[in-house]
Amino acid sequence: MDEINLITLFLGAIFVNNFVLSKFLGICPFLGVSKKVETAVGMGVAVTFVMTIASAVTCLVYNYVLIPLELKYLYNIAFILIIASLVQFIEMFIKKSSPTLYQALGVYLPLITTNCAVLGVTVSSMQDLDAMENVAMGMKFTFSLVYGVGAALGFTLAIVLFAGIRERLERNNILPAVKGFPIALITAGLMSISFLGFSGLL
Amino acid sequence: MNPLKILKNGIIDDNPTFVQVIGMCPTLAVTTSAINGIGMGLSTLVVLMCSNMVISLIRKFIPDQIRIPAYIVVIASFVTIIQMLLEAFLPDLNASLGLFIPLIVVNCIILARAEAFASKNGVIASMFDGIGMGLGFTIALGVIGIVRELLGNGSVFGLTILPEAFPNTIIMILAPGAFFTLAFLMILIKKIKGEN
Repeated sequence: MDEINLITLFLGAIFVNNFVLSKFLGICPFLGVSKKVETAVGMGVAVTFVMTIASAVTCLVYNYVLIPLELKYLYNIAFILIIASLVQFIEMFIKKSSPTLYQALGVYLPLITTNCAVLGVTVSSMQDLDAMENVAMGMKFTFSLVYGVGAALGFTLAIVLFAGIRERLERNNILPAVKGFPIALITAGLMSISFLGFSGLL
Repeated sequence: MNPLKILKNGIIDDNPTFVQVIGMCPTLAVTTSAINGIGMGLSTLVVLMCSNMVISLIRKFIPDQIRIPAYIVVIASFVTIIQMLLEAFLPDLNASLGLFIPLIVVNCIILARAEAFASKNGVIASMFDGIGMGLGFTIALGVIGIVRELLGNGSVFGLTILPEAFPNTIIMILAPGAFFTLAFLMILIKKIKGEN
């Protein structure tokens, strides 16, 4: 794998295979914390932070612990535990080191454990790497990291755009039956159609 | 509590998809056909039933502070078992559900039921709650799957139903179709409930 592939992977994870709008990962926070742009940005930053670190750590644990011990099949339990403890750890670390950042992200951090986008990106980069043969360890690590950052940025892009649209919808007159979740889902569907347009990009 | 009442609660009154609106990721992602939707629903049902029973059994031994990690480990173990069984006995279904089998771990429905029901109720009641919620989820996924497969592919459960002259709306089996189908089903349910 060369450099160009990594750029394709990065852009692909943001636009073409957007985690929220084309892979349906992380729909719960996408629908739940997208009523205001401000909170959406907070969630996006928190997810980017956790996803990047989780991708790196799970890649190392999978290759240096699970494969040598022949415990590959336990990857699911291992990954979710890593993510859960990482979220706890990051929460404590930010609380001590940067109270301002903690105030901004604090509420969203515990929610990230059950954000399926985080587990999704770690599992799918592991499966993609397993499908390839003869990949050097350094390359595996870079691949996971680039994939994680790209997917997280795609999530942030989608949730911030969506929150912007929802803020405007609030002020409009909508049929009572369509109000709330249905109109949010229709909006998401239309956004998803527009993201389909990116498929010619790569 | 009456088992029948718990079952009805899960399937109708507190339906996880249409009433509580949780567990959205698999609901939208795997419902490209009726069989995929029902397969996903049944896998979730088994995990939900088993994890509810085990969590209810050990609920008095788990310290309160670490209950969430403990629940997640129980759920992840059952998901691993289901994944191995599907790989061995239903490889086609396993291939089409793909990534979403390991992701049952982070399905909010399972953790929500562990926290809201199994940690407070007995084993038998928890088992029925798992079956009820699982059936509610399976029915919701089945309905969405049937609508999307019929409009997008002209078939239901792989059997062609619509005449060939009827154009297939490809967008229904692509990502946007999932959002639209769920939105219109929710509007429909609101209307039916509002008129009663």
